[in-house]
Amino acid sequence: MRAADTASARDAASGGAPLLEVVGLTTTLVATGASVLEDIAFTVEAGETLCVVGESGSGKSMLALAIMGLLPPAIRIRRGEIRVHGEDLARLSPAEWRARRGRDLAMIFQEPMTALNPVMRAGAQVAEVLRKRRGMTDDAARGEALRLFERVGIPNARARLSAYPHELSGGLRQRVMIAIALAAEARLLLADEPTTALDVTIQAQILDLLNDLRRERGLGLMLITHDLGVVAEMADRVLVLYAGRMAELAPVAALFDRPMHPYTRALLASIPTSEGPRTRLVAIDGAVPAVGAMPQGCRFRPRCPHADARCEAVPPLVAHEPRHHAACWATAPEDRAS
Amino acid sequence: MIRFLARRLAGSAVVLLLVSLLTFGLIWLVPGDPTTVLLEASATPEQVGRLRVALGLDKPLPLQMLDWYGRVLSGDLGQSILLNRSVTEALLERLPVTLSIAAISLTLAVMLGVTAGILAALFHNRWPDQIVMSTALFGLSVPDFWLGLVFVVVFALGLGWFPTGGFTPIEQGVMEWARSIALPSLALALTQMGFVARMARASMLDVLNQDFVRTADAKGLSRTYVVLRHGLPNALVPLLTVTGIIAGALLGGTVVIEQVFSIPGVGRLIIGAILSRDFPVIQGGLLFLAVVYLLVNLVVDILYAAVDPRVRLA
Repeated sequence: MRAADTASARDAASGGAPLLEVVGLTTTLVATGASVLEDIAFTVEAGETLCVVGESGSGKSMLALAIMGLLPPAIRIRRGEIRVHGEDLARLSPAEWRARRGRDLAMIFQEPMTALNPVMRAGAQVAEVLRKRRGMTDDAARGEALRLFERVGIPNARARLSAYPHELSGGLRQRVMIAIALAAEARLLLADEPTTALDVTIQAQILDLLNDLRRERGLGLMLITHDLGVVAEMADRVLVLYAGRMAELAPVAALFDRPMHPYTRALLASIPTSEGPRTRLVAIDGAVPAVGAMPQGCRFRPRCPHADARCEAVPPLVAHEPRHHAACWATAPEDRAS
Repeated sequence: MIRFLARRLAGSAVVLLLVSLLTFGLIWLVPGDPTTVLLEASATPEQVGRLRVALGLDKPLPLQMLDWYGRVLSGDLGQSILLNRSVTEALLERLPVTLSIAAISLTLAVMLGVTAGILAALFHNRWPDQIVMSTALFGLSVPDFWLGLVFVVVFALGLGWFPTGGFTPIEQGVMEWARSIALPSLALALTQMGFVARMARASMLDVLNQDFVRTADAKGLSRTYVVLRHGLPNALVPLLTVTGIIAGALLGGTVVIEQVFSIPGVGRLIIGAILSRDFPVIQGGLLFLAVVYLLVNLVVDILYAAVDPRVRLA
């Protein structure tokens, strides 16, 4: 009840703005000024799942940490806005940003093995959020932690409240992480490869759980993954990152049917299929360039089969269809690619 | 737990056996025996011989050892040759002195060292860090007896705040007792504090970079709460080991510092015994210090399991 009330109050306050709106976000290394993320812009609506995909080093995790305000000290936000419920977090003081964490936006981390405090009971790690962020008494927090444990599907939940993380399986630990993320009733949930460290069967269960919670609570879900199977399963829209820049942003069906960026095409081609004769897996030659050693112009140029002289200039992100954007000279519509 | 204690007890027995063997060996290597101290230089060889028989020093060394082990197992550390009392009595009488100095300096070193180290970690590479680290380096580089002498010159002789030496039992006034052990405890503590501070800083820096601290930050908890509730308990786990190590170092340190401040503790008893070749006191005293050291580390290991739920005592 309370959750719905505060959520609708917040929606009203933000005047129908999207849950998350990132505008022109650029982060740089403090030491060299080299850019890590460049000119990132997208939205996540309530009830929507946006998948962020890309190879290791594409900046997916950095994007989530930047939105949370948890970037390592060596990286700094240089430009851009991070609007959550219409409020630009990037302009807040660190203390104000911290006050938004948990309440307005929450994050589920990749490694359930290391992301929980090893010397603190699982229930206490949920209950402290309830006490500190929602002002509950110890008793109320314990009861609510139990309800959350049951909601995220932890069997034998009452006994598990007093378990230490090392006494739980990887899947259960990730469920505890999800309970923590839900505890302060944030509407925006960032999940950084939440299933990468888990068994395949457990992966599906965790994804189902996230999907159910999204529907049930109207969460906006930003799901970081490198697994295109997960994308097909979960995404409403997909953001493809390459070397810290947006390559393509599209509804999931359009992306799989009509990928417009050569990098997206290469990613899709690298999925093994069970149909047809067995062939060598398609791999993308080379690797993502390192921060500070980026090529001029299009960052995919050194690995791109279609690269030509135009690619020495940075390709703008242009709309192919109303909600389908890609940053490539070769595939851009005629009138835009001079 | 019971299996753990049984294993540790067996291990401790082996350590104590080695300690006593080593002590016997060292005593045997050092020339001279108690008769040279007990008797005038003019004593005849016959007198010396009679005394040696009376003290049991004429028997072959292995036999002396067996005698001694037999008595120790029945709880008797023997009679002091010079002090006219049993070794156990002499040790117990001096134990409170040494223990109060060792315990106070251990507490000081751990409390202040951990606090300083954690402050340094929280202000990593800023001025509090630099102050703590250079002070710690100073503490590490300076021997405790030298620091003790400096303290005597400055605070006892110069400012007159503390006595230059000696020990006042606690029954004769808490203030007087505290003043008499303040300087030696501080001198011992400061040299260990540097070590503790450096370890605490490293441990805390390591913990603050762990994923679960980032999880706690993602909950929107205050920095102070994250550091105290999530950082500190994890940082303390390796510091327990450090505490065990410096407990040993402090026991050794009391031996020297008691000399500097002429405090009648176990350390001075043993040094006196070594100088006068009072074999039973040397044997008993060293065995006793070894037992204390083993006990401290046993407590540390049990605390380890209490602090870190992943540790199983087996």
